[in-house]
Amino acid sequence: MMETRPDVHCDLMIIGCGMAGAAAALFASARGIDTIQVGMTGELNYASGLIDLLGVHPIAEGRKWDNPWAGIDRLVKDCPRHPYARLERRDMHTALSVFFSMLEMGGLPYTHTADRNLQIITPVGSVKSTYAVPETMKNGVRALEEKAPCLMVDFKGLKGYSSRQIAETLKTQWPKLRAGRLEFPDTGGDLFSEQLARRLDLPETLAHLAADIRGLVGQEAFVGLPAIVGLYKSRAAFEDLQRQVGLPLFEIAVMPPSVAGLRLRHVFEQQLPHRGVNTFFQQKVFSADYEKKRGFRFRVGTEEPQFVVHAKGAVLASGRFFGKGLHADRKEIRETVFGLPVHQTADRTGWHRKRLLDRRGHGINRSGLETDRFLRPLGVDGRPAFPTLHAAGSILAHQDWVRQKCGSGLAITTAYAAVKAFADLLV
Amino acid sequence: MLLKTQVLIIGGGGTGTGLARDLALRGIHCVVVEKGDINAGASGGNHGLLHSGARYIESDPAAACECREESELLKQLAPQCIDDSGGLFVAVQGDDENYIADFPLLCEQCRIPARSLDLQELRELEPAISERAIAAFAVQDAAIDPFKLSLDNLAHARQLGTRLMRNTRVTAFNIRHSKIQAVRLRNMRTGEHSTVEPDIVVNAAGAWAGEVAAMAGVKIDMLFSKGSLLVTQSRLTQRVVNRLRTATDADILVPGGTVSILGTTSVRVESPDRIYPEIEEVDFIIDEAKAMLPVLETTRYIRAYCGVRPLLDRKDNGDDRRVSRGYALIDHGGEGVDNLVSITGGKLTTYRLMAEKTADLIVRKMGIERPCRTRSEPLPPASDAQWTEPGLAPHLWVRRNDPDDLLLCECEMVPQSTVDAVVASIRKQDGPPVGLTAIGLRSRVGKGPCQGTFCSQRVSAYLYDSGDFEGRGGIDELRSFLSERWRGQHPLQWDTPLVQSELLEAIHCGFFGLELTRDDGSEKGDDGNQA
Repeated sequence: MMETRPDVHCDLMIIGCGMAGAAAALFASARGIDTIQVGMTGELNYASGLIDLLGVHPIAEGRKWDNPWAGIDRLVKDCPRHPYARLERRDMHTALSVFFSMLEMGGLPYTHTADRNLQIITPVGSVKSTYAVPETMKNGVRALEEKAPCLMVDFKGLKGYSSRQIAETLKTQWPKLRAGRLEFPDTGGDLFSEQLARRLDLPETLAHLAADIRGLVGQEAFVGLPAIVGLYKSRAAFEDLQRQVGLPLFEIAVMPPSVAGLRLRHVFEQQLPHRGVNTFFQQKVFSADYEKKRGFRFRVGTEEPQFVVHAKGAVLASGRFFGKGLHADRKEIRETVFGLPVHQTADRTGWHRKRLLDRRGHGINRSGLETDRFLRPLGVDGRPAFPTLHAAGSILAHQDWVRQKCGSGLAITTAYAAVKAFADLLV
Repeated sequence: MLLKTQVLIIGGGGTGTGLARDLALRGIHCVVVEKGDINAGASGGNHGLLHSGARYIESDPAAACECREESELLKQLAPQCIDDSGGLFVAVQGDDENYIADFPLLCEQCRIPARSLDLQELRELEPAISERAIAAFAVQDAAIDPFKLSLDNLAHARQLGTRLMRNTRVTAFNIRHSKIQAVRLRNMRTGEHSTVEPDIVVNAAGAWAGEVAAMAGVKIDMLFSKGSLLVTQSRLTQRVVNRLRTATDADILVPGGTVSILGTTSVRVESPDRIYPEIEEVDFIIDEAKAMLPVLETTRYIRAYCGVRPLLDRKDNGDDRRVSRGYALIDHGGEGVDNLVSITGGKLTTYRLMAEKTADLIVRKMGIERPCRTRSEPLPPASDAQWTEPGLAPHLWVRRNDPDDLLLCECEMVPQSTVDAVVASIRKQDGPPVGLTAIGLRSRVGKGPCQGTFCSQRVSAYLYDSGDFEGRGGIDELRSFLSERWRGQHPLQWDTPLVQSELLEAIHCGFFGLELTRDDGSEKGDDGNQA
């Protein structure tokens, strides 16, 4: 193996660039820890852009929580092995607030209330409850709550998003929802939300769209449209459009790959290096070894190992199967970087239920890494596999973020706890 | 609604649709009722193998001869449904030498052509076959598309006046004077009731034939043997490949267009309802079949499915493969129901012959003389059946070059115009409602690597725009479409398919919250069977 670039050194290596990895890098930089981050940011394109904290527990009952913190209290009591049970409530609040302020500084402000989930509508016309939404979706929460007269706009050529679908599905509970369709200025054929968002960064296109929307609005008090209003300048674009239309607007998160996810990715890619994190995006870790005296050595590169990262400790935030932190063959689930033991059922028959939408959820989603109270993954002997390796995010066992609606919250708060534990142990 | 017809056929599988065409060609009016959709039972849950007969030379020489005759006939009469790929029988180290030695003789006794291949030639023909192969014969097996076959039969029958009622269940027989006077039906989607007054009723319900017979107060003892199959992502061999040994599990690989189909198992089940391809079966099939084709260990599988072989219980239990694969044609006249006939068992290759024999009995019972025409009249290809073919929709889409004709399914390149055509054909067959699952059955929608994650919602949105979906109908459609696809995916969740299903769940449950959209958790489609 040929390493073609010089070795780099750091205190903390963060493996993964999804929500958990980005959050860990942010918290490490805030503590002044010398940090390197390696990983692929592409999976963020598949993020919905919504920040869930806790929506449902127990999942088998489908019980929804208005107050996520009350839900977490109950969850931690019922499931003492859930990663949330490892966390201090104060730290969770701090984590979220530091995270939201980074987004704000990156030009992507989010909205949340202290102890109530927000209700928003999805492209299939269902109502989703989530903890925080981009500010561009805020008016949608109000419009839905008031069932106010509202125009839903969609665009010819933007497939998978139909305002008629939303209005039809919701018509009994929100009769004043009206669907309207526009042709996006100067386009034709197959449209992609990213392409439309980039064009709405341009004032001329935006003005054109505003005029078209004005032409469609009747007596409505709100206008909803898919999340395409600007990519790099979404905040300004949205405010401009709202001003020009002259009515409260809101965006609706679309099916991934989505602009709401892309905007997050963009903020991370900009903010983290800016805050002093030594980032190696779109690179991956090929191997890891550890020696007590020297710490970790990671071989890193794009197609093949190109350089070595030396680190005193690491946060493993490599995600699950989609993020490639876990891999399964026919027989078992493996952790891909360190080969850590993965909590799992005896064989594949315990991984999935026969009914996709079974209320109890699939067993495989609760597999993952078991940790000590410092979020250090356990080795085969049940003790921390490495003294300075911590894990964060969806790779952790005993949670079902999809069904519990706690994905981003789990990522952000466990990242905070992992970095804090590393910092405390380092002293 | 009251309908009168000469023959009511219960069951829209290979037998029922084949019989409808046979009777229609004899000038007899039929109504076909099907509780699910076309080929919902064993006709849609098999290998799609048009047997040369060589597989049955040892266990059932009569069936072997029938297969030989019928497959030759179908290759001439329905070439659009058949990939005349040829077949191989291959033995590997450790297989029974006596069976290998007897094989050519047994074939000859049934007049089934079998040519011995040397191993060099075998390797050139099919490089995927194991280095450990020790003997091989070439036979005239072929691949047949059972779905296209049924749709073509049905389309021809409809053209000749036959009526189809999908999603329609028989709820009761009204029997008086030893005769079924009326049959009560219920549409499972709309809940609507209707009545048919037929001269004769044919029970072609396959594995459900015993259930239907029981409603008329007659008994058919049936055994149910479940067989599971796997679909590979690409076509691994050009030809059908059989293991050269006494017929057993996991010993056939059949090409199906751009994929290969591997199977089967033989598992006795109590009921033909709520059956799944199980994880243990999948692992068993792969572990067993890789001796013949090592690539099966590493290839990607895109779907598993299963069917139930309806077997007649002749009380000589043991191996289900030893229970006759022959069909049973029963005239229930002797049991107090003069105008009820049951046809069950048999195999896809001999479906035409079964239909012919059944129709012969029916015309005899009606006291008329109408000769069979399916033995000589070619089966006309119908446009309804064309969209399941990979490549056709993209080909036409590229040629049409209409930028507004959006690709709704990007994996399999299915544009809006194809969805329009499929919707029109469903409307033509028996009217609305149009569902995602019915569209998926008649096209490539949802058949690609994304497992329906994206195309399901894109097609839903499109159908809202066209007015086909309304109210909360789309949510129910998404639920049942994804649940139905999941039946075939849940035993194959490792490596890339697992990554895909994680994304599917993140989008459809994490984001859309589909699992929370119903309070009782019970519904049609969720358990894979239409209740």
